[in-house]
Amino acid sequence: MSLDVQKIRKNFPILQREVYDQPLVYLDNGASSQKPISVIETIDRYYRNEHSNIHRGVHYLSSTATDKYEQARKKVQTFLNAEHEHECLFTKGTTDGINLVAHSFGKKFLSPGDNVIISEMEHHSNIVPWQMICDEKGATLKVIPINDAGELLMDEYKKLLNDKTAIVSITHVSNTLGTINPIKEIIDLAHEKGAAVLIDGAQAVQHMAVDVRELDADFYTFSGHKMYGPTGVGILYGKEKWLNEMPPYQGGGDMIKTVTFEKTTYNELPHKFEAGTPNIVGGIGLGAAIDYMNSVGIDEIAAYEEEIKVAAHEALSAIDGLTIYGTANSKAAVFSFLLDGIHPYDAGTILDRLGIAIRTGHHCTEPLMARLGIPGTVRASFAFYNTMEEIDVLVAGIERVKKMFA
Amino acid sequence: MNLQTEQMTVKEVQEEIIEEFAMFENWMDKYEHIINLGKELPDLAEEFKTSDNIVKGCQSQVWLHTTSKDGKIYFEADSDAIITKGLVAIMVRVLSGHPAVEIIKSSMFFVNRIGLAEHLSPTRSNGLLAMIKQMKLHALAYSAKQ
Repeated sequence: MSLDVQKIRKNFPILQREVYDQPLVYLDNGASSQKPISVIETIDRYYRNEHSNIHRGVHYLSSTATDKYEQARKKVQTFLNAEHEHECLFTKGTTDGINLVAHSFGKKFLSPGDNVIISEMEHHSNIVPWQMICDEKGATLKVIPINDAGELLMDEYKKLLNDKTAIVSITHVSNTLGTINPIKEIIDLAHEKGAAVLIDGAQAVQHMAVDVRELDADFYTFSGHKMYGPTGVGILYGKEKWLNEMPPYQGGGDMIKTVTFEKTTYNELPHKFEAGTPNIVGGIGLGAAIDYMNSVGIDEIAAYEEEIKVAAHEALSAIDGLTIYGTANSKAAVFSFLLDGIHPYDAGTILDRLGIAIRTGHHCTEPLMARLGIPGTVRASFAFYNTMEEIDVLVAGIERVKKMFA
Repeated sequence: MNLQTEQMTVKEVQEEIIEEFAMFENWMDKYEHIINLGKELPDLAEEFKTSDNIVKGCQSQVWLHTTSKDGKIYFEADSDAIITKGLVAIMVRVLSGHPAVEIIKSSMFFVNRIGLAEHLSPTRSNGLLAMIKQMKLHALAYSAKQ
């Protein structure tokens, strides 16, 4: 094993704690990941020594805070291999990024009779913003179906695509099923029809290297808090040509060039899309999270998580009466499952008491649950700080649950 | 329901439950008891599992059917999750068969005392908190009609 997981775990203070007198087994990384000490210290140091408002002050602190914030943007640019820094917009998170594109791209480029394509496995945040803008613009929302393993039916996608398709918005990795979608192929097919593509990378960037130029993605969005950074901050990458043509999303300070009551002119990228004082510490903390991931090595993270995934799949598959939902050939270390005759809430409640943090419910993917014909699942989602031993604890916990509800 | 239980107040039933739970030494025994209560509670008849009677939570859902007789309110309830159903059974035991006014005024102090407050937290979203509100609302509606 190339990655020393015990050493890694020491970087995450929360992993040392107990819940209900049990060692914490944190398997809810799909909802949010824990934070390494370097991110926590960056945040602490920023508020103790470095804080000021950015982009507007002449004084020392303002210019150092601005520098730190813009350095973080530079880190994001490198992280995504974007061509320009100003293609990387700071947002509140993935949901904010999708809403920005739906609203702003939709306002300019969606016309009555156009269509927008999403998929059956999308998170509500990649469904509802599109429903809203399609309603407003008289456009149609089309949905790529999935097979029982949780893979997109690419032939159906090809049928849905036509020259009226304005944009395709698809998740890179499914939060519920773990499926890794063939986004390169999705993007290429869309481009053949002249459609733009937004990729929801909320469940991807913490697991694998993402190169927006190689993908030729028009937009790519993700959250800081799922990739070991702070909550309330995220990134929307957008190709310069789109961002220049799109109207601003929100009005306010920082996004203007000049304001008169007769006419306002807008600032350059990225500021045009960053109205108001941003989450400065969030951006800087996100930069620290990227540094941390780089220090471990994204390829090392991916390789270790692959081992965890294979082991967890084997262990969970061996449990009698356990059904895994999401068995795509290409998937991340995310396991949605149900135990015969046991409600996810019941299983989750007992696992919680055993110190095992998992998520239960519909995972904000109600249409996907309807497609699978189930009310919800128990979901264990792993990160590179999880251990093989924790898989054993999960399995023992599941056996205990089975016994209690037998 | 025997005569003695019939005469107990909401407060007295809660005290009885606190006493019962005091004998459990650990959380596992406590949950096993709740699971058993859930298993023992008869399923609500399908005809009462209507959309009007559903108290939807994000995690689990509850059905609540309310009737009244001789100035008292009676509750029957069910849930799709067993732990929630066990807790539903306890709530029904506490609140069912009492005068509307008593139900409206009651506070569910036993929940904290038996260490199950987490299940009534809004973040749990299991339908239980909403069910208690619904029980009180039904009692209120009944007393307003009198």
